[in-house]
Amino acid sequence: MYRTRFFDHLILICGVIFMLGPLVVAFTTSTHSAAEIHTNGLMLNIGDDFTTTYDKVLFKSGGFTGQVTGLTMAMNSLILGLGFAIGKIVLSMLAAYAIVYFRFRFATIAFWLIFTTLLLPLEVRIMPSYKVMSDLGLLNSYQGLILPLLASATGQFFKSVPDELLEAARIDGAGPVKFFIDVLVPLSRTMIAAVFIIMFVYGWNQYLWPMLMTTDEGFYTLMRGIKQILQVWVGSQIPDYNEAFAMAVLAMLPPVFVVVVFQSWFIKGLTETDK
Amino acid sequence: MKRVQFNSRYLPYLLLLPQFVIITIFFYWPSAQAITSSFYIEDPFGFGSSFVGLSNYTDALGSPEYQKIARFTVAYSLIVTFLALSFGMLLALKADAVIRGQSSYKTLLIAVYAIAPPVAGLIGMMMFDQHIGPFVHLVALFGWDMKVGINYYDTAFAMIMVAVWNQIPYNFIFFLSGLQGIPASIREAAAIDCKSGTRRFWTVILPLLTPTAFFLLVINMTYSLFDTFGIIDVIVKDKPANNPITLVYKVYLDGFRGNDLGSSSAQSVILMVIVLVLTLIQFRFIERRVHYG
Repeated sequence: MYRTRFFDHLILICGVIFMLGPLVVAFTTSTHSAAEIHTNGLMLNIGDDFTTTYDKVLFKSGGFTGQVTGLTMAMNSLILGLGFAIGKIVLSMLAAYAIVYFRFRFATIAFWLIFTTLLLPLEVRIMPSYKVMSDLGLLNSYQGLILPLLASATGQFFKSVPDELLEAARIDGAGPVKFFIDVLVPLSRTMIAAVFIIMFVYGWNQYLWPMLMTTDEGFYTLMRGIKQILQVWVGSQIPDYNEAFAMAVLAMLPPVFVVVVFQSWFIKGLTETDK
Repeated sequence: MKRVQFNSRYLPYLLLLPQFVIITIFFYWPSAQAITSSFYIEDPFGFGSSFVGLSNYTDALGSPEYQKIARFTVAYSLIVTFLALSFGMLLALKADAVIRGQSSYKTLLIAVYAIAPPVAGLIGMMMFDQHIGPFVHLVALFGWDMKVGINYYDTAFAMIMVAVWNQIPYNFIFFLSGLQGIPASIREAAAIDCKSGTRRFWTVILPLLTPTAFFLLVINMTYSLFDTFGIIDVIVKDKPANNPITLVYKVYLDGFRGNDLGSSSAQSVILMVIVLVLTLIQFRFIERRVHYG
Protein backbone atom coordinates (compact mmCIF):
# COMPACT_ATOMS: atom_id res chain seq x y z
CA MET A 1 0.00 0.00 0.00
CA TYR A 2 2.78 2.38 0.94
CA ARG A 3 4.58 1.72 -2.32
CA THR A 4 1.65 2.44 -4.58
CA ARG A 5 0.95 5.70 -2.81
CA PHE A 6 4.58 6.69 -3.14
CA PHE A 7 4.42 6.18 -6.90
CA ASP A 8 1.11 8.01 -7.16
CA HIS A 9 2.65 11.01 -5.49
CA LEU A 10 5.78 10.72 -7.58
CA ILE A 11 3.77 10.82 -10.81
CA LEU A 12 1.66 13.71 -9.56
CA ILE A 13 4.73 15.68 -8.56
CA CYS A 14 6.30 15.06 -11.97
CA GLY A 15 3.02 16.23 -13.52
CA VAL A 16 3.02 19.40 -11.43
CA ILE A 17 6.64 20.14 -12.37
CA PHE A 18 5.88 19.56 -16.04
CA MET A 19 2.80 21.80 -15.92
CA LEU A 20 4.03 24.59 -13.67
CA GLY A 21 7.79 24.50 -14.26
CA PRO A 22 7.62 26.60 -17.43
CA LEU A 23 5.49 29.20 -15.64
CA VAL A 24 7.88 29.50 -12.72
CA VAL A 25 10.88 29.75 -15.05
CA ALA A 26 9.07 32.35 -17.13
CA PHE A 27 8.57 34.49 -14.05
CA THR A 28 12.03 34.08 -12.51
CA THR A 29 13.76 34.67 -15.84
CA SER A 30 11.71 37.81 -16.43
CA THR A 31 13.39 39.38 -13.40
CA HIS A 32 16.82 39.31 -15.05
CA SER A 33 18.20 41.66 -17.68
CA ALA A 34 18.11 40.70 -21.34
CA ALA A 35 21.90 40.53 -21.62
CA GLU A 36 22.12 38.28 -18.60
CA ILE A 37 19.52 35.93 -20.04
CA HIS A 38 21.32 35.94 -23.36
CA THR A 39 24.55 34.71 -21.76
CA ASN A 40 23.20 32.47 -19.00
CA GLY A 41 19.97 31.11 -20.47
CA LEU A 42 16.82 30.66 -18.40
CA MET A 43 17.21 31.16 -14.68
CA LEU A 44 15.49 29.84 -11.62
CA ASN A 45 16.51 32.49 -9.11
CA ILE A 46 14.94 35.92 -8.77
CA GLY A 47 17.12 38.59 -10.38
CA ASP A 48 17.61 42.28 -9.61
CA ASP A 49 15.70 43.68 -12.54
CA PHE A 50 12.16 42.89 -11.41
CA THR A 51 11.07 46.50 -10.94
CA THR A 52 12.92 47.83 -13.98
CA THR A 53 11.50 45.25 -16.36
CA TYR A 54 7.91 45.34 -15.12
CA ASP A 55 7.95 49.10 -14.86
CA LYS A 56 9.09 49.27 -18.46
CA VAL A 57 6.56 46.74 -19.70
CA LEU A 58 3.66 48.32 -17.81
CA PHE A 59 4.28 52.03 -18.22
CA LYS A 60 6.77 52.73 -20.96
CA SER A 61 5.11 53.61 -24.23
CA GLY A 62 6.00 51.18 -26.93
CA GLY A 63 4.78 50.09 -30.32
CA PHE A 64 5.36 51.80 -33.63
CA THR A 65 3.50 54.96 -32.70
CA GLY A 66 4.83 55.01 -29.16
CA GLN A 67 1.29 55.39 -27.87
CA VAL A 68 0.56 52.12 -26.20
CA THR A 69 1.69 50.93 -22.77
CA GLY A 70 1.32 47.54 -21.14
CA LEU A 71 -1.27 49.05 -18.85
CA THR A 72 -3.41 50.18 -21.80
CA MET A 73 -3.23 46.70 -23.23
CA ALA A 74 -4.18 45.16 -19.89
CA MET A 75 -7.18 47.54 -19.70
CA ASN A 76 -8.25 46.52 -23.20
CA SER A 77 -7.93 42.85 -22.31
CA LEU A 78 -10.03 43.49 -19.22
CA ILE A 79 -12.70 45.30 -21.25
CA LEU A 80 -12.75 42.44 -23.72
CA GLY A 81 -12.95 39.79 -20.99
CA LEU A 82 -15.64 41.53 -18.95
CA GLY A 83 -17.63 42.76 -21.94
CA PHE A 84 -17.63 39.33 -23.49
CA ALA A 85 -18.59 37.55 -20.25
CA ILE A 86 -21.42 39.97 -19.41
CA GLY A 87 -22.72 40.07 -22.98
CA LYS A 88 -22.64 36.32 -23.22
CA ILE A 89 -24.55 35.83 -19.98
CA VAL A 90 -27.22 38.44 -20.72
CA LEU A 91 -27.85 37.23 -24.27
CA SER A 92 -27.92 33.55 -23.44
CA MET A 93 -30.08 33.97 -20.36
CA LEU A 94 -32.70 35.95 -22.23
CA ALA A 95 -32.71 33.57 -25.16
CA ALA A 96 -32.77 30.49 -22.95
CA TYR A 97 -35.62 31.97 -20.92
CA ALA A 98 -37.67 32.52 -24.06
CA ILE A 99 -37.05 29.02 -25.37
CA VAL A 100 -37.47 27.11 -22.14
CA TYR A 101 -40.35 28.97 -20.50
CA PHE A 102 -42.55 30.17 -23.32
CA ARG A 103 -44.90 28.40 -25.65
CA PHE A 104 -44.58 30.08 -29.03
CA ARG A 105 -44.68 29.18 -32.63
CA PHE A 106 -41.08 29.28 -33.75
CA ALA A 107 -39.51 27.93 -30.57
CA THR A 108 -37.97 24.86 -32.20
CA ILE A 109 -36.59 26.79 -35.16
CA ALA A 110 -35.19 29.44 -32.82
CA PHE A 111 -33.51 26.75 -30.78
CA TRP A 112 -31.85 25.19 -33.80
CA LEU A 113 -30.81 28.52 -35.25
CA ILE A 114 -29.03 29.37 -32.03
CA PHE A 115 -27.74 25.87 -31.58
CA THR A 116 -26.09 25.79 -35.01
CA THR A 117 -23.84 28.64 -33.94
CA LEU A 118 -22.31 26.31 -31.36
CA LEU A 119 -20.91 24.18 -34.11
CA LEU A 120 -18.77 26.59 -36.08
CA PRO A 121 -15.99 28.47 -34.34
CA LEU A 122 -15.10 31.98 -35.44
CA GLU A 123 -11.88 30.71 -36.99
CA VAL A 124 -13.65 29.06 -39.92
CA ARG A 125 -15.46 32.23 -40.98
CA ILE A 126 -12.75 34.66 -40.10
CA MET A 127 -12.36 36.32 -43.52
CA PRO A 128 -16.03 37.13 -44.16
CA SER A 129 -16.48 38.20 -40.53
CA TYR A 130 -13.65 40.65 -41.01
CA LYS A 131 -15.29 41.99 -44.16
CA VAL A 132 -18.62 42.40 -42.41
CA MET A 133 -16.92 44.32 -39.63
CA SER A 134 -15.12 46.61 -41.99
CA ASP A 135 -18.36 47.22 -43.95
CA LEU A 136 -20.05 48.18 -40.70
CA GLY A 137 -17.14 50.45 -39.80
CA LEU A 138 -16.53 48.57 -36.58
CA LEU A 139 -12.81 47.91 -37.02
CA ASN A 140 -10.81 49.34 -34.13
CA SER A 141 -13.68 49.59 -31.67
CA TYR A 142 -14.69 47.71 -28.56
CA GLN A 143 -18.01 46.70 -30.11
CA GLY A 144 -16.14 45.22 -33.03
CA LEU A 145 -13.88 43.35 -30.66
CA ILE A 146 -16.66 41.87 -28.54
CA LEU A 147 -19.82 41.44 -30.62
CA PRO A 148 -18.64 38.86 -33.19
CA LEU A 149 -17.29 36.69 -30.40
CA LEU A 150 -20.79 36.62 -28.92
CA ALA A 151 -22.10 34.95 -32.04
CA SER A 152 -21.13 31.41 -31.17
CA ALA A 153 -21.61 29.06 -28.25
CA THR A 154 -24.45 29.39 -25.80
CA GLY A 155 -24.38 27.86 -22.38
CA GLN A 156 -27.36 26.12 -20.91
CA PHE A 157 -29.19 27.77 -18.08
CA PHE A 158 -32.19 26.87 -15.95
CA LYS A 159 -31.98 23.16 -16.54
CA SER A 160 -31.93 22.41 -12.86
CA VAL A 161 -34.76 24.75 -11.93
CA PRO A 162 -37.76 22.57 -11.01
CA ASP A 163 -41.09 22.94 -12.81
CA GLU A 164 -43.02 23.27 -9.57
CA LEU A 165 -41.52 26.72 -9.03
CA LEU A 166 -43.17 28.09 -12.11
CA GLU A 167 -46.50 26.58 -11.10
CA ALA A 168 -46.16 28.09 -7.64
CA ALA A 169 -45.14 31.46 -9.04
CA ARG A 170 -48.10 31.48 -11.38
CA ILE A 171 -50.51 30.67 -8.59
CA ASP A 172 -49.02 33.59 -6.70
CA GLY A 173 -49.73 35.77 -9.68
CA ALA A 174 -46.19 36.39 -10.89
CA GLY A 175 -45.87 37.39 -14.52
CA PRO A 176 -43.01 36.35 -16.81
CA VAL A 177 -40.81 39.34 -16.00
CA LYS A 178 -41.28 39.05 -12.25
CA PHE A 179 -40.68 35.31 -12.35
CA PHE A 180 -37.44 35.86 -14.26
CA ILE A 181 -36.07 38.53 -11.97
CA ASP A 182 -37.30 37.22 -8.63
CA VAL A 183 -37.06 33.46 -9.08
CA LEU A 184 -34.87 32.38 -11.96
CA VAL A 185 -31.97 34.79 -11.70
CA PRO A 186 -31.43 34.30 -7.96
CA LEU A 187 -31.70 30.52 -8.36
CA SER A 188 -29.17 30.47 -11.20
CA ARG A 189 -26.60 32.55 -9.32
CA THR A 190 -23.99 29.81 -9.02
CA MET A 191 -24.36 28.87 -12.63
CA ILE A 192 -24.06 32.49 -13.68
CA ALA A 193 -20.89 32.88 -11.65
CA ALA A 194 -19.43 29.72 -13.16
CA VAL A 195 -20.25 30.74 -16.72
CA PHE A 196 -18.91 34.21 -16.01
CA ILE A 197 -15.49 32.84 -15.03
CA ILE A 198 -15.24 30.58 -18.06
CA MET A 199 -16.33 33.33 -20.42
CA PHE A 200 -14.02 35.91 -18.86
CA VAL A 201 -11.04 33.63 -19.38
CA TYR A 202 -12.22 32.88 -22.90
CA GLY A 203 -12.59 36.56 -23.74
CA TRP A 204 -9.32 37.62 -22.12
CA ASN A 205 -7.46 34.90 -24.02
CA GLN A 206 -8.80 35.77 -27.48
CA TYR A 207 -5.99 36.11 -29.98
CA LEU A 208 -6.88 35.80 -33.65
CA TRP A 209 -9.88 38.09 -33.70
CA PRO A 210 -8.31 41.01 -31.80
CA MET A 211 -5.20 40.63 -33.90
CA LEU A 212 -7.19 41.18 -37.10
CA MET A 213 -9.59 43.77 -35.76
CA THR A 214 -7.17 46.17 -34.16
CA THR A 215 -4.75 48.07 -36.32
CA ASP A 216 -4.97 51.07 -34.01
CA GLU A 217 -2.58 50.41 -31.17
CA GLY A 218 -4.91 52.08 -28.70
CA PHE A 219 -7.09 48.96 -28.91
CA TYR A 220 -4.32 46.40 -28.55
CA THR A 221 -4.89 43.68 -25.99
CA LEU A 222 -2.11 41.87 -24.14
CA MET A 223 -2.37 38.97 -26.55
CA ARG A 224 -1.79 41.37 -29.41
CA GLY A 225 1.14 42.82 -27.45
CA ILE A 226 2.77 39.42 -27.42
CA LYS A 227 2.66 39.29 -31.18
CA GLN A 228 4.08 42.79 -31.25
CA ILE A 229 7.04 41.86 -29.07
CA LEU A 230 7.84 38.93 -31.31
CA GLN A 231 7.73 41.09 -34.42
CA VAL A 232 10.21 43.57 -32.95
CA TRP A 233 12.31 40.62 -31.90
CA VAL A 234 13.14 39.43 -35.39
CA GLY A 235 16.47 40.90 -36.38
CA SER A 236 17.51 42.41 -33.08
CA GLN A 237 20.93 41.58 -31.63
CA ILE A 238 19.87 40.60 -28.15
CA PRO A 239 16.12 39.96 -28.09
CA ASP A 240 14.23 41.42 -25.15
CA TYR A 241 13.73 38.06 -23.51
CA ASN A 242 12.95 39.66 -20.19
CA GLU A 243 10.21 41.87 -21.60
CA ALA A 244 8.67 39.01 -23.53
CA PHE A 245 8.54 36.92 -20.39
CA ALA A 246 7.17 39.82 -18.34
CA MET A 247 4.48 40.33 -20.96
CA ALA A 248 3.61 36.63 -20.82
CA VAL A 249 3.39 36.81 -17.03
CA LEU A 250 1.08 39.85 -17.21
CA ALA A 251 -1.10 38.18 -19.82
CA MET A 252 -1.54 34.99 -17.85
CA LEU A 253 -1.78 36.32 -14.32
CA PRO A 254 -5.43 37.51 -14.25
CA PRO A 255 -7.03 34.42 -15.85
CA VAL A 256 -4.88 32.03 -13.81
CA PHE A 257 -5.80 33.95 -10.68
CA VAL A 258 -9.51 33.81 -11.45
CA VAL A 259 -9.46 30.11 -12.30
CA VAL A 260 -7.45 29.14 -9.24
CA VAL A 261 -9.39 31.28 -6.76
CA PHE A 262 -12.84 30.36 -8.04
CA GLN A 263 -11.94 26.82 -9.01
CA SER A 264 -14.95 25.09 -7.53
CA TRP A 265 -17.38 27.31 -9.47
CA PHE A 266 -15.24 27.11 -12.52
CA ILE A 267 -15.08 23.31 -12.50
CA LYS A 268 -18.81 23.09 -11.89
CA GLY A 269 -19.48 25.44 -14.78
CA LEU A 270 -17.16 23.56 -17.08
CA THR A 271 -18.30 20.04 -16.38
CA GLU A 272 -22.00 20.86 -16.19
CA THR A 273 -22.45 23.14 -19.19
CA ASP A 274 -19.68 22.29 -21.63
CA LYS A 275 -19.39 25.88 -22.76
CA MET B 1 -38.57 22.40 -22.58
CA LYS B 2 -40.53 22.62 -19.39
CA ARG B 3 -43.98 21.16 -18.80
CA VAL B 4 -45.41 24.46 -17.64
CA GLN B 5 -44.91 27.45 -19.87
CA PHE B 6 -45.98 31.04 -20.19
CA ASN B 7 -48.15 32.17 -23.05
CA SER B 8 -47.21 35.55 -24.30
CA ARG B 9 -47.52 36.99 -27.71
CA TYR B 10 -44.52 39.25 -28.07
CA LEU B 11 -42.33 38.68 -25.06
CA PRO B 12 -40.50 35.54 -26.27
CA TYR B 13 -39.61 37.26 -29.54
CA LEU B 14 -38.44 40.30 -27.66
CA LEU B 15 -36.24 38.13 -25.45
CA LEU B 16 -34.74 36.39 -28.45
CA LEU B 17 -34.18 39.59 -30.39
CA PRO B 18 -30.71 40.56 -29.09
CA GLN B 19 -29.30 37.08 -29.58
CA PHE B 20 -30.75 36.93 -33.07
CA VAL B 21 -29.44 40.30 -34.12
CA ILE B 22 -25.96 39.18 -33.10
CA ILE B 23 -26.03 35.77 -34.73
CA THR B 24 -27.57 37.10 -37.94
CA ILE B 25 -24.97 39.81 -38.42
CA PHE B 26 -21.97 37.99 -37.09
CA PHE B 27 -22.73 34.36 -37.78
CA TYR B 28 -25.21 33.70 -40.56
CA TRP B 29 -24.25 36.60 -42.76
CA PRO B 30 -20.48 35.87 -42.75
CA SER B 31 -21.07 32.13 -43.05
CA ALA B 32 -23.28 32.68 -46.06
CA GLN B 33 -20.63 34.95 -47.55
CA ALA B 34 -17.96 32.33 -46.99
CA ILE B 35 -20.04 29.81 -48.86
CA THR B 36 -20.87 32.21 -51.70
CA SER B 37 -17.37 33.52 -52.23
CA SER B 38 -16.00 30.00 -52.28
CA PHE B 39 -17.60 29.70 -55.73
CA TYR B 40 -16.02 32.90 -57.08
CA ILE B 41 -12.60 34.15 -57.98
CA GLU B 42 -12.07 37.70 -56.86
CA ASP B 43 -10.00 40.06 -58.92
CA PRO B 44 -6.94 40.95 -56.83
CA PHE B 45 -7.35 44.63 -57.72
CA GLY B 46 -10.96 44.70 -56.66
CA PHE B 47 -12.57 44.77 -60.14
CA GLY B 48 -15.44 42.44 -59.44
CA SER B 49 -15.42 38.68 -59.29
CA SER B 50 -16.34 35.84 -61.58
CA PHE B 51 -18.21 32.62 -60.90
CA VAL B 52 -15.98 29.59 -61.15
CA GLY B 53 -18.12 26.82 -59.72
CA LEU B 54 -16.23 24.24 -57.73
CA SER B 55 -12.79 25.08 -59.05
CA ASN B 56 -11.69 26.76 -55.81
CA TYR B 57 -12.41 23.48 -54.07
CA THR B 58 -10.75 21.28 -56.66
CA ASP B 59 -7.74 23.62 -56.81
CA ALA B 60 -7.35 23.55 -53.07
CA LEU B 61 -7.92 19.84 -52.62
CA GLY B 62 -5.78 19.00 -55.62
CA SER B 63 -2.74 21.06 -54.72
CA PRO B 64 0.16 19.09 -53.23
CA GLU B 65 0.78 21.89 -50.75
CA TYR B 66 -2.77 21.65 -49.39
CA GLN B 67 -2.52 17.88 -49.19
CA LYS B 68 0.74 18.12 -47.31
CA ILE B 69 -0.80 20.57 -44.81
CA ALA B 70 -3.90 18.39 -44.51
CA ARG B 71 -1.77 15.34 -43.75
CA PHE B 72 0.17 17.28 -41.16
CA THR B 73 -3.07 18.57 -39.61
CA VAL B 74 -4.47 15.06 -39.28
CA ALA B 75 -1.27 13.68 -37.75
CA TYR B 76 -0.91 16.70 -35.48
CA SER B 77 -4.51 16.51 -34.24
CA LEU B 78 -4.31 12.80 -33.57
CA ILE B 79 -1.00 13.01 -31.71
CA VAL B 80 -2.06 16.05 -29.65
CA THR B 81 -5.40 14.45 -28.81
CA PHE B 82 -3.85 11.12 -27.88
CA LEU B 83 -1.13 12.62 -25.68
CA ALA B 84 -3.34 15.23 -24.01
CA LEU B 85 -5.96 12.58 -23.21
CA SER B 86 -3.43 10.08 -21.90
CA PHE B 87 -1.62 12.52 -19.65
CA GLY B 88 -4.89 14.04 -18.48
CA MET B 89 -6.22 10.62 -17.59
CA LEU B 90 -3.01 9.47 -15.91
CA LEU B 91 -2.91 12.54 -13.68
CA ALA B 92 -6.62 12.30 -12.91
CA LEU B 93 -6.28 8.64 -11.91
CA LYS B 94 -3.40 9.45 -9.60
CA ALA B 95 -5.09 12.52 -8.15
CA ASP B 96 -8.17 10.42 -7.51
CA ALA B 97 -6.10 7.72 -5.80
CA VAL B 98 -4.22 9.86 -3.30
CA ILE B 99 -5.91 11.22 -0.23
CA ARG B 100 -3.31 13.55 1.19
CA GLY B 101 -2.75 16.66 -0.89
CA GLN B 102 -5.50 15.90 -3.38
CA SER B 103 -6.88 19.41 -3.49
CA SER B 104 -3.41 20.98 -3.76
CA TYR B 105 -2.57 18.78 -6.73
CA LYS B 106 -5.87 19.68 -8.28
CA THR B 107 -5.28 23.42 -7.89
CA LEU B 108 -1.75 23.19 -9.25
CA LEU B 109 -2.72 21.04 -12.20
CA ILE B 110 -5.65 23.11 -13.44
CA ALA B 111 -3.83 26.46 -13.42
CA VAL B 112 -2.48 26.05 -16.95
CA TYR B 113 -6.05 25.84 -18.29
CA ALA B 114 -6.24 29.61 -17.99
CA ILE B 115 -3.19 30.25 -20.16
CA ALA B 116 -3.94 31.43 -23.66
CA PRO B 117 -2.47 29.46 -26.57
CA PRO B 118 -0.27 32.36 -27.79
CA VAL B 119 1.17 32.81 -24.28
CA ALA B 120 1.77 29.07 -24.13
CA GLY B 121 3.43 29.34 -27.53
CA LEU B 122 5.68 32.15 -26.33
CA ILE B 123 6.75 30.23 -23.25
CA GLY B 124 7.27 27.14 -25.38
CA MET B 125 9.42 29.10 -27.80
CA MET B 126 11.70 30.07 -24.94
CA MET B 127 11.98 26.47 -23.78
CA PHE B 128 12.93 25.46 -27.32
CA ASP B 129 14.98 28.57 -28.12
CA GLN B 130 18.24 28.03 -29.96
CA HIS B 131 20.30 30.06 -27.49
CA ILE B 132 18.56 29.92 -24.16
CA GLY B 133 16.19 26.96 -24.38
CA PRO B 134 16.92 24.36 -21.68
CA PHE B 135 15.23 21.63 -23.67
CA VAL B 136 17.53 22.22 -26.63
CA HIS B 137 20.58 21.98 -24.38
CA LEU B 138 19.21 18.85 -22.78
CA VAL B 139 18.61 16.96 -26.02
CA ALA B 140 21.95 18.20 -27.40
CA LEU B 141 23.53 15.88 -24.85
CA PHE B 142 21.90 13.01 -26.70
CA GLY B 143 23.08 14.28 -30.03
CA TRP B 144 19.80 15.86 -31.16
CA ASP B 145 20.59 19.18 -32.77
CA MET B 146 17.19 20.79 -32.35
CA LYS B 147 16.37 23.77 -34.56
CA VAL B 148 12.83 24.97 -33.96
CA GLY B 149 11.70 27.27 -36.76
CA ILE B 150 14.20 25.84 -39.21
CA ASN B 151 13.80 22.08 -39.12
CA TYR B 152 10.27 20.93 -40.05
CA TYR B 153 10.09 18.05 -37.58
CA ASP B 154 11.68 19.96 -34.72
CA THR B 155 9.11 22.73 -35.13
CA ALA B 156 6.31 20.17 -35.27
CA PHE B 157 7.66 18.57 -32.10
CA ALA B 158 7.67 21.91 -30.27
CA MET B 159 4.13 22.71 -31.44
CA ILE B 160 2.83 19.36 -30.28
CA MET B 161 4.51 19.65 -26.89
CA VAL B 162 3.07 23.11 -26.27
CA ALA B 163 -0.40 22.16 -27.51
CA VAL B 164 -0.48 19.07 -25.28
CA TRP B 165 0.80 21.01 -22.28
CA ASN B 166 -1.91 23.62 -22.73
CA GLN B 167 -4.72 21.07 -23.06
CA ILE B 168 -3.86 18.60 -20.28
CA PRO B 169 -5.69 20.56 -17.51
CA TYR B 170 -8.98 20.52 -19.41
CA ASN B 171 -8.87 16.74 -19.79
CA PHE B 172 -7.67 16.36 -16.23
CA ILE B 173 -10.69 18.27 -14.89
CA PHE B 174 -13.17 16.17 -16.86
CA PHE B 175 -11.53 12.83 -16.11
CA LEU B 176 -11.27 13.65 -12.43
CA SER B 177 -14.91 14.67 -12.20
CA GLY B 178 -15.81 11.53 -14.16
CA LEU B 179 -13.82 9.38 -11.76
CA GLN B 180 -15.35 11.01 -8.74
CA GLY B 181 -18.78 10.32 -10.19
CA ILE B 182 -18.16 6.55 -10.06
CA PRO B 183 -20.09 5.28 -7.03
CA ALA B 184 -18.02 3.93 -4.13
CA SER B 185 -20.14 0.76 -4.11
CA ILE B 186 -18.93 -0.17 -7.60
CA ARG B 187 -15.31 0.42 -6.69
CA GLU B 188 -15.67 -1.63 -3.53
CA ALA B 189 -17.36 -4.48 -5.36
CA ALA B 190 -14.59 -4.39 -7.95
CA ALA B 191 -11.94 -4.33 -5.26
CA ILE B 192 -13.42 -7.45 -3.66
CA ASP B 193 -13.59 -9.28 -6.98
CA CYS B 194 -10.18 -8.35 -8.25
CA LYS B 195 -6.95 -7.64 -6.49
CA SER B 196 -5.02 -6.20 -9.40
CA GLY B 197 -5.45 -2.43 -9.70
CA THR B 198 -4.37 -2.45 -13.33
CA ARG B 199 -6.95 -5.02 -14.25
CA ARG B 200 -9.66 -3.16 -12.33
CA PHE B 201 -8.75 -0.08 -14.34
CA TRP B 202 -9.14 -1.82 -17.70
CA THR B 203 -12.28 -3.80 -16.86
CA VAL B 204 -14.24 -1.49 -14.56
CA ILE B 205 -12.97 2.08 -14.40
CA LEU B 206 -12.13 2.66 -18.04
CA PRO B 207 -15.48 1.41 -19.42
CA LEU B 208 -17.24 3.71 -16.95
CA LEU B 209 -15.11 6.61 -18.18
CA THR B 210 -15.81 5.96 -21.86
CA PRO B 211 -18.58 8.58 -22.21
CA THR B 212 -16.24 11.23 -20.74
CA ALA B 213 -13.36 10.04 -22.92
CA PHE B 214 -15.48 10.13 -26.03
CA PHE B 215 -16.76 13.60 -25.31
CA LEU B 216 -13.17 14.73 -24.70
CA LEU B 217 -11.98 13.05 -27.88
CA VAL B 218 -14.15 15.32 -30.00
CA ILE B 219 -13.33 18.40 -27.92
CA ASN B 220 -9.61 17.69 -28.20
CA MET B 221 -9.82 17.20 -31.95
CA THR B 222 -11.59 20.55 -32.30
CA TYR B 223 -9.04 22.09 -29.96
CA SER B 224 -6.09 20.90 -32.01
CA LEU B 225 -7.75 21.95 -35.25
CA PHE B 226 -8.78 25.46 -34.22
CA ASP B 227 -7.71 26.66 -30.81
CA THR B 228 -4.03 25.96 -31.34
CA PHE B 229 -3.93 28.76 -33.91
CA GLY B 230 -2.23 31.05 -31.38
CA ILE B 231 0.49 28.50 -30.64
CA ILE B 232 1.24 27.99 -34.31
CA ASP B 233 1.19 31.69 -35.10
CA VAL B 234 3.65 32.49 -32.33
CA ILE B 235 5.98 29.65 -33.25
CA VAL B 236 6.06 30.14 -37.04
CA LYS B 237 5.65 33.95 -36.88
CA ASP B 238 4.12 34.47 -40.33
CA LYS B 239 7.00 32.59 -41.91
CA PRO B 240 5.51 29.28 -42.96
CA ALA B 241 8.45 28.71 -45.36
CA ASN B 242 9.48 25.25 -44.29
CA ASN B 243 7.41 25.11 -41.14
CA PRO B 244 4.48 22.84 -40.45
CA ILE B 245 1.13 24.63 -40.31
CA THR B 246 -2.46 23.47 -39.89
CA LEU B 247 -5.44 23.95 -42.17
CA VAL B 248 -6.85 26.84 -40.13
CA TYR B 249 -3.56 28.63 -40.35
CA LYS B 250 -3.60 28.20 -44.10
CA VAL B 251 -7.09 29.73 -44.30
CA TYR B 252 -5.70 32.74 -42.47
CA LEU B 253 -2.54 32.97 -44.58
CA ASP B 254 -4.37 32.71 -47.90
CA GLY B 255 -7.09 35.11 -46.82
CA PHE B 256 -5.12 37.84 -45.09
CA ARG B 257 -1.57 37.46 -46.35
CA GLY B 258 -2.23 36.08 -49.82
CA ASN B 259 -5.48 37.99 -50.45
CA ASP B 260 -6.92 34.94 -52.15
CA LEU B 261 -10.50 35.26 -50.96
CA GLY B 262 -12.01 32.50 -53.10
CA SER B 263 -9.54 29.84 -52.12
CA SER B 264 -9.56 30.89 -48.47
CA SER B 265 -13.37 30.69 -48.40
CA ALA B 266 -13.39 27.29 -50.06
CA GLN B 267 -10.97 26.09 -47.39
CA SER B 268 -13.19 27.61 -44.69
CA VAL B 269 -16.13 25.67 -46.03
CA ILE B 270 -14.09 22.45 -46.05
CA LEU B 271 -13.26 23.09 -42.41
CA MET B 272 -16.91 23.80 -41.61
CA VAL B 273 -17.78 20.40 -43.03
CA ILE B 274 -15.08 18.75 -40.92
CA VAL B 275 -16.40 20.41 -37.74
CA LEU B 276 -19.96 19.47 -38.60
CA VAL B 277 -18.98 15.85 -39.11
CA LEU B 278 -17.09 15.80 -35.81
CA THR B 279 -20.04 17.31 -33.98
CA LEU B 280 -22.53 14.95 -35.58
CA ILE B 281 -20.39 12.00 -34.51
CA GLN B 282 -20.45 13.42 -31.04
CA PHE B 283 -24.25 13.67 -31.01
CA ARG B 284 -24.63 10.25 -32.46
CA PHE B 285 -22.98 8.81 -29.38
CA ILE B 286 -23.77 11.21 -26.62
CA GLU B 287 -26.45 13.81 -26.31
CA ARG B 288 -25.12 15.49 -23.25
CA ARG B 289 -24.53 18.93 -24.59
CA VAL B 290 -27.79 19.25 -26.46
CA HIS B 291 -30.64 20.75 -24.55
CA TYR B 292 -31.73 23.74 -22.61
CA GLY B 293 -34.52 22.30 -20.62
